[in-house]
Amino acid sequence: MMRTLLVRGMLAGLAAAALALLVAWLYGEPQVEHAIAFEEAHAAHEGHGGHEDEVVSRTVQKTAGLITALGVYGVALGGLFAIAFAVAYGRVGAFGARATAALVALGGFVAVELVPFLKYPPTPPAVGNPDTIGGRTALYFGMVALGVLSVVAAVLVFRRLLPKLGAWNAAIATTAGFAVVLALVYRLTPKPDAVADGFPATVLWDFRIASLGVQVVLWATLGLVFGVLAEHSFQRRPSPAAMAA
Amino acid sequence: MAQTAVPSTPAGERPAPVRIPLRQVLPWAVFAAVLGLVLIYFVGAEQGATSLISGNWVHEFTHDGRHLLGFPCH
Repeated sequence: MMRTLLVRGMLAGLAAAALALLVAWLYGEPQVEHAIAFEEAHAAHEGHGGHEDEVVSRTVQKTAGLITALGVYGVALGGLFAIAFAVAYGRVGAFGARATAALVALGGFVAVELVPFLKYPPTPPAVGNPDTIGGRTALYFGMVALGVLSVVAAVLVFRRLLPKLGAWNAAIATTAGFAVVLALVYRLTPKPDAVADGFPATVLWDFRIASLGVQVVLWATLGLVFGVLAEHSFQRRPSPAAMAA
Repeated sequence: MAQTAVPSTPAGERPAPVRIPLRQVLPWAVFAAVLGLVLIYFVGAEQGATSLISGNWVHEFTHDGRHLLGFPCH
């Protein structure tokens, strides 16, 4: 059973990456181009001689490079998603496969994307000081870890409160607690952001919204496609517990 | 509609989801976590903050994906 779920998770991840790729091309790439144009105009102005040596051409970066990056990311995320689903199924409540997959996708999106996004939003080329990349990377992955931990904690707290408060009040109490924890963490963590002088605010905003759109489409597709695939595999083998790994 | 394949379910009720035993999930979880995290590391962070392979080809090749997926790039 687990083998089937894992394979289907990776397939769903690949499908999700394909749709996310469309969003990245239509909405993300134009902003990346604007940012690179700004970067080069800036470099030329400062007298760096303009063009750096290109290890990989722009054409390869936005075709093969982007396809590979999104594809690999989608497959990896899909595999991890299948594991999270296998643990959640039958344990977060009496939901079927499709509803469980949708809930895991929502939780995963909040944990891995939304929590880090709100504090350390993605930056286009030319934004961010190269000297602080080590610290920023550590803070970013730390925030992803915190997102995962806080979402898991929220699910456990909700399950604990459910019999006492009922679904509505338990959900409100859990969400409020989640928001308070996040608000404190956001206030206390450092923000080494460096937007270059004169970088167009509209490009920064549009780039970040495009990046968020890529992730929304990725997670939504992953959750919905995996839900259908998992349900089919359960219908073929009605008792997953009876199946040997 | 009828789930004839599940004999223990009373007629007319939706069968409760059968949990997959954690002992069965664990080895696959370790496998997927190790593989998935290595892949995500190469897409998101190699030759950025840390570098296992010298040069910057991986960084440049995954450049656009890295920016658009939200990883700190440079």
